[in-house]
Amino acid sequence: MGLLSRLFGSSEPALVHLPAGSFTVDKDGEVITSTLPQSFPAGHRDAIGQQVLASFRSAKRAHMPLTEITVQYSALKLQARELGGGAIVFLMPQTLDQHSPVKIKKSP
Amino acid sequence: MSAQPTILLLDDDQDFLDLYREMLGQHLPSMPEVRIANSGSRALSILESEQFNLLIADLNMPKMDGLQVLTIARRKFPHLRLVVLTGIRDEQFRTRAYGLGVDQYWLKPETDQEMGLFMESMESLISRESQEGFRGVQSKSLVDIIQLECLSQSSCILKITNGLTEARIFIQSGEVIDAELPGLTSEPAFQRILAWKTGSFETLPADPSRVRTIFSSYQGLLLNTAQAIDEAASVEVPPPSTNDGDSVPAPAQNNRAAAILAEVSQMEGVEFVLAVGADKGRTQEFWGLDNPKPISEFTKETLENFRSLGDRLHVGELQQVLGIGLQHKVAVAPCGPADLCVGFPPAVSSDHVRDSFKNILSKWAS
Repeated sequence: MGLLSRLFGSSEPALVHLPAGSFTVDKDGEVITSTLPQSFPAGHRDAIGQQVLASFRSAKRAHMPLTEITVQYSALKLQARELGGGAIVFLMPQTLDQHSPVKIKKSP
Repeated sequence: MSAQPTILLLDDDQDFLDLYREMLGQHLPSMPEVRIANSGSRALSILESEQFNLLIADLNMPKMDGLQVLTIARRKFPHLRLVVLTGIRDEQFRTRAYGLGVDQYWLKPETDQEMGLFMESMESLISRESQEGFRGVQSKSLVDIIQLECLSQSSCILKITNGLTEARIFIQSGEVIDAELPGLTSEPAFQRILAWKTGSFETLPADPSRVRTIFSSYQGLLLNTAQAIDEAASVEVPPPSTNDGDSVPAPAQNNRAAAILAEVSQMEGVEFVLAVGADKGRTQEFWGLDNPKPISEFTKETLENFRSLGDRLHVGELQQVLGIGLQHKVAVAPCGPADLCVGFPPAVSSDHVRDSFKNILSKWAS
């Protein structure tokens, strides 16, 4: 059993690398299409889809319906467009180089 | 905190832990006490029970990875210094780690020289008590940093970042010659920047072609700015807009917020502004809205949703959310103790929205 577990057991979850790519979700949050690699956890992808849909709904409740939302984090940009109640979501990882193209002066 | 500094070392490699415990414990001049943990959950449990000056964590570990540990540690122990020490040579992880608020990101040293630099840096980190101030130079205020640069007759650009807002102070041969931040330049920009209480800064090479717009000496400039900040703090302004009844009425100390709202309302293209406090009553300040409640709910839900998503993905601070609709363009962001929501007409360009919002955040942060 120990050997089988070692051979066929699920591998330890590794540090998740954020991919660039996109996916579409329907109005219930079900993923329809995705260009994200399979290494990216489905739970993360689903959570992104759900939060995006929740924000579109929240905006509608505020009488301010939105067709596009862009969310900027330090290390990730998310862009979502509303699609008939669902959404298409783009993931764009950011790096420090993109934030500050000017090189820092090295101390002597 | 005891006089002897304490370090918690986290890695899933026991040999590495043993080696670095000895290195740090016996070769750093401050002779710190070094504790070790071989899993993220163990590290967090030790942090709960004892006080530490510094956590040095690997990133790639089973079950709970380093980014997860750092996220929790930064929130629960805001004064703990955080250092990543990893074998992962990846720009994305470096960005995410800094986004989570780590102090330093190190690749595991491979040469004696790199090891020497690492040890020096750790000694520097643990030998200073954690204080408010600008990251980049520990425990120094922005005034200290400017004085240091001017006293040493430096020529450089200080790039200061406060949330989303970037500002620059231009120093030429020990004199402040110009300053800029979105929507402001020269002395008004300098005064606004100096009112920032926290942020981070970088020193960039000087720009010799920069035109001088500030002609006061740096001492006079700092003095004038200190006076202007004091005067602004003591100004009494009329009370802010009324609330809708569901929220706690805005107290007198929010007069400053009302003054900023009045200023923001004059900016080109701004349709409405709403600031929701993080206090229990979620105090509201607003302009241009008949009924702020729905927008307030949207602001709160959107920022909470995306903050929790950011925590889950370990992608650092939520900086802003921009929305485009047929009736409005809207920008939302956390800004200090408040959440801000600003509405623009749909015809305004997204670039204009971004620039204006940066400007507004900068005013608010000041």
